[in-house]
Amino acid sequence: MALIKVTIDGIETQVEEGTSILNAARSIGGKIVPPAMCYYSSLKGSGGKCRTCLVKVTQGSEKDPRPMPKLVASCSTNVMDGMVVENTASQDVIDARKSIVEMLLVNHPLDCPVCDQAGECSLQDLSYEHGLSTTRYEFERRKFDPIDIGDHIKLHMNRCILCYRCLMVGDQLTNEREHGIIGRGDHAEISTYLEKSVDNEFSGNVIDVCPVGALTDRTFRFKSRVWFSKPLNAHRECTTDKCSGKSVLWMSDNDVLRVTARKDQNNEVKEFICNTCRFDKKDVKDWVIEGPAHISRDSVISQNHYELPITHKYKALENTAKPQ
Amino acid sequence: MSKKLLLEHIDVPGINTYEVYRQKGGYASVEKALKSMTPETIVEEVKKSGLRGRGGAGFPAGMKWSFLAKPDGVPRHLLCNADESEPGTFKDRYLMEKIPHLLIEGMIVSSFALGANVSYIYIRGEYMWVSFILERAIAEAKANGFLGKNILGSGYDLELYVQVGGGAYICGEETALIESLEGKRGNPRMKPPFPAVKGLWQRPTVVNNVETIAAVVWILNNSGEDYAKIGIGKSTGTKLISASGNIKRQGVYEIELGLPVDEFLNSDEYCGGMANGKRLKAVVPGGSSVPILPAELFYKTANGDARLMSYESLADGGFATGSMLGSGGFVVYDEDACIVRNTWNFTRFYNHESCGQCSPCREGTGWMLKVLNKLEHGQGSMEDIDLLWDIQRRIEGNTICPLGDAAAWPVAAAIRHFREEFEWHVKNPKLCMERNYGLLESTKKFELVS
Repeated sequence: MALIKVTIDGIETQVEEGTSILNAARSIGGKIVPPAMCYYSSLKGSGGKCRTCLVKVTQGSEKDPRPMPKLVASCSTNVMDGMVVENTASQDVIDARKSIVEMLLVNHPLDCPVCDQAGECSLQDLSYEHGLSTTRYEFERRKFDPIDIGDHIKLHMNRCILCYRCLMVGDQLTNEREHGIIGRGDHAEISTYLEKSVDNEFSGNVIDVCPVGALTDRTFRFKSRVWFSKPLNAHRECTTDKCSGKSVLWMSDNDVLRVTARKDQNNEVKEFICNTCRFDKKDVKDWVIEGPAHISRDSVISQNHYELPITHKYKALENTAKPQ
Repeated sequence: MSKKLLLEHIDVPGINTYEVYRQKGGYASVEKALKSMTPETIVEEVKKSGLRGRGGAGFPAGMKWSFLAKPDGVPRHLLCNADESEPGTFKDRYLMEKIPHLLIEGMIVSSFALGANVSYIYIRGEYMWVSFILERAIAEAKANGFLGKNILGSGYDLELYVQVGGGAYICGEETALIESLEGKRGNPRMKPPFPAVKGLWQRPTVVNNVETIAAVVWILNNSGEDYAKIGIGKSTGTKLISASGNIKRQGVYEIELGLPVDEFLNSDEYCGGMANGKRLKAVVPGGSSVPILPAELFYKTANGDARLMSYESLADGGFATGSMLGSGGFVVYDEDACIVRNTWNFTRFYNHESCGQCSPCREGTGWMLKVLNKLEHGQGSMEDIDLLWDIQRRIEGNTICPLGDAAAWPVAAAIRHFREEFEWHVKNPKLCMERNYGLLESTKKFELVS
């Protein structure tokens, strides 16, 4: 396929035709990558909703150099040959992003101290990087009771930012989606049919794709802060169809506190795992340990203060866990 | 008496039935189009007429039609947007209720022009009885050979369906309408691709307002040039205006575009002036989404020209001193009306109708509503007015569909033109609770016309 030229924040790169601005920026990497709360590269049809990835297009293309009149969502706008994009270079974009973060936090309970997602929460990172330290919102926030949807998943609707990612997991990974969005506007909520449980072999992936703490792992609830547990890459021969068997074990001493799928540098899961791997295999002996997981993000769990000691500490464990 | 193109026979008894409609020259355009015209010549006529979309945005209809992609072997569709939900607008309902065959006739010729063999009328759930009227009209047209297979022996087939929506404002946005018609949640789609390329079931689709489609009938019966002679400048033809508020004669009026607003509001042929001896305070000229205009700016543009009922004249001066023709929901406020309460009411509507897909609109409308709640109920502060201004600024332009803009504009215009009234609410918390009334301060500013 023909390569086309795009310039983002003054850095020129070449990408395939049909690439979104966001993915072009990701191919460059670094600070110029716009944050994304709803776009998820492995889920088809995601993106465009949260508006955190808005960028300014100052030149539409080589042929038609007119700028685009409004800021555009970089995740759902494809690059054109000779397009010039401004992300952090544009004050408009910085202002708009600040507004979006503020809007996202308007109804967010900010209960990070009791939220299991704290430390690996996209919204936390986003507001730390782009948000304000105070709020101008002085009203009561919308309130829902946390409910169990199935044996393994807890839904805290209060924390939800309505990114629609979990619906796409339901549509694209499981056999049948068992939850949906009811209502509209700021009174919309994720719900199951008459509180029926979400129970499908791949339903646990909604926990991984949830950018906030709205969908959390009941088997991990309140056990530990994520940054106190040590992530280890591991894999197992999984017999479930479509399951990659590649996961991250979050350890405390010799206990597996939880199992998640592996996330890449954009905090996205590319290879999903089944519920058996996620919820039932909580014994180190079930897994082949590959080594410490490197988390290449800016949040608190990626400070890497543990990486070296872990290699050392778990050396013995690694040997015992190998299949005989 | 100005020219009536759409409502000419509206008062004829029994015009809602096929027989009477046919006697009055109905379905002549179908005969003409199918027997002596090609789809291309019809599109050309509509282009020549300068007809602009009557749903609110005012996009030239002929141009929209010519954008329709025509890949081989892929069916195309025409959708009629009868999801008329803009507060202050009720023209389509009147048209469909009184003279349903005009819409059916327009649908047939428009579908023929676009090469659509299956077309839909998407009507809002609250207009349930109108959908029955339309379905009856479709059955009559079908019985007389104007719908179905091989219409009038021309070899052209058309099936026309009425689909009733669930009553959501957002489904009036064309891509949300398509989603809803497909049986999904009515969330607007990301554009591009535009419906002209990938619309209903990923097929090329044109979505037009009821009034736009009805206007095509007259254009074909006469000619595009004749239509372009009516009106003023780029605002050609006639427009249905739904007039409401404290005026002597509320209702739906067909006006020739370019009519002076003064004549429309005060002549006995149209609104008949203000009722009960009240004075004019403000006008929303095109449905709740468009900026409100205070009396002085309503009658005269910032340049001092008399304002006309046309797309250009009402938009003169941009949003600073102008507004929009929009969908023609003409709402008149007299001196007793409270602009703060009105803004609160509009915002309540947009908060309720936001689809909740993208964050600025979902959270921003709720936030604006809460701030306006405070101001309206005498608990606001001066900072709240600035905050409100800031919130609307952050919604506008950052959303997927125009609903975000539509929610932001009325708030912006109310603060821009009636800031004193908001301040009056802050300064007089008790008085503003006792009576909905921001008049004391704000009337002094404007030279009100009696």
